[in-house]
Amino acid sequence: MGISIKKAGVFDTIQDLGRFGFRKLGINPGGAMDKNALRLINIILGNPESEPAIEMHFPACQIVFEKPAVFALGGADFDATLDKLPVPNWKTHLAKKGSILSFRKKLSGSRCYFGIRHGFEIERWLGSASTNLAANIGGVKGRQLRNDDQIRFSKAHAAEKNFLGFEIATSLRPVSKTIQMIRITKGIEYRDLTALSEQRLFEGAYEISNDSNRMGYKLDGNPLHLLSRKELLSSAVGFGTVQLPPYGKPLLLMADHQTTGGYPRIGHVIKRDLSLVGQMGPGDKILFELVSIDEAEKIEEQYERDVAYLRMGVKFKQTDAKD
Amino acid sequence: MIDLPKYEIFPLGENALTICFGNSISREINLIVTSLSKKIESTKFQGFVECVPAYSSLTVFFELSKAKRKFRTALTAYQIVKSHVEIALQTLEIGQPKEPRLIEVPVSFEKRFAPDLELVAEFAELTESEVIDIYLSSTYRVYMLGFLPGFPYMGEIDPRIAAPRKASPRKQVAKGSVGIAGNQTGIYPLESPGGWQIIGRTEIELFTPNLESPTLFNTGDLVKFVRI
Repeated sequence: MGISIKKAGVFDTIQDLGRFGFRKLGINPGGAMDKNALRLINIILGNPESEPAIEMHFPACQIVFEKPAVFALGGADFDATLDKLPVPNWKTHLAKKGSILSFRKKLSGSRCYFGIRHGFEIERWLGSASTNLAANIGGVKGRQLRNDDQIRFSKAHAAEKNFLGFEIATSLRPVSKTIQMIRITKGIEYRDLTALSEQRLFEGAYEISNDSNRMGYKLDGNPLHLLSRKELLSSAVGFGTVQLPPYGKPLLLMADHQTTGGYPRIGHVIKRDLSLVGQMGPGDKILFELVSIDEAEKIEEQYERDVAYLRMGVKFKQTDAKD
Repeated sequence: MIDLPKYEIFPLGENALTICFGNSISREINLIVTSLSKKIESTKFQGFVECVPAYSSLTVFFELSKAKRKFRTALTAYQIVKSHVEIALQTLEIGQPKEPRLIEVPVSFEKRFAPDLELVAEFAELTESEVIDIYLSSTYRVYMLGFLPGFPYMGEIDPRIAAPRKASPRKQVAKGSVGIAGNQTGIYPLESPGGWQIIGRTEIELFTPNLESPTLFNTGDLVKFVRI
């Protein structure tokens, strides 16, 4: 036994860090929209960073623990309570048998991650537990969670008290904002933008339209134009690719993007900021900022160093707690 | 060493790069792309994630912090991976390709399965049955898989019936729909939004998740459509 879904949320799925190696068959990596949030809660839970968790949108599901467990929440803040007592994000908590986890209000961000120590028992497809909704596979029966779904814990575990009280340093906790500076590197067709469009891209905010989901965000803002219309053969695109369709408004590809596309690629959101856009939703605004590939690499290396320190810190603290 | 067409290498974000051999559909270029893809997959440099071959380009995904780990130099991960790709390219050999598989795909062109057949006929200034005859008269080659799991991008469509994509995509295209987009043709393995002109439907399964090789088609396959 593990948890059961007492009341389903609007859109909750099992996600991990993605399914890699199969893009050449048209199977996209998918995975969490905010991968950093997932990694961070797995680290404090002492799990592999890729351990699957439940990605929730608001209103989120209500969860009953059929067995005690150590759990953590991260990403969006949905004002969670465990048996009516607040349970803040980015910390490990203990749930007793019969405890109920509820989410009251959307305070910040769009996607909250719920993970448990040792993870859930989820069958892997092509190496990943992520739910692929287009292909109806992965996660729980290839679909979003429903009332009365039961998800087993992958290991019988007594509540491991030495995993309680872990917390993520404030400096590593992302701050979700409704207007967000998002850094991009140049895409290959950036050079084909008119001088005016190049200026406009960074001048005003782009609003995420209602017609946005895990596949991609349609952005609304300054229209952009290329020097000449380009008919391109389809080629690979990625999570974070900013395409420019002929109607002149950018399209930002997200976790469930199609593997290939033929629209001009004007930019690519840097990996560090994908987690920030992954926490945004319709009505939120993006201000693009241009960085070079060199800078993008440095930003990512610095982040990976910070995450590595967190990982080491958790290991040391866990060892101390055992002694 | 083979005669290489002109190419350009550029970053696709900081964790991927694309090598592009121009913008035309050609069997020779596609063979270079797929051979290069296999070569890079088999040599697997540090930080390598996956290769995505397309018509005339290959994209290599990597994890930059791993790609850089071994190199205590001022080189960027992009420069390191680019040099892996260039070395693979310079030592590339194109073997004689295997005899390709020929796959027959039965298609129904009944009106209820072919919502855009009339539009394609208008574009071609031909009758619908003439469009079908022209469509059936060619054998197509699978140049790449992409877009959706197992979706084959095939070429080339006779220029007379090469109708461009719809100006705005349909919210729902039925599973098994056979479509035209310019000089390409494809089959939707799943129900999905899509912008191709739909001229028929097949019952054939293109994607079976639990098979060891989940997609029916591979790059290089030949496809012959037959009318049912």
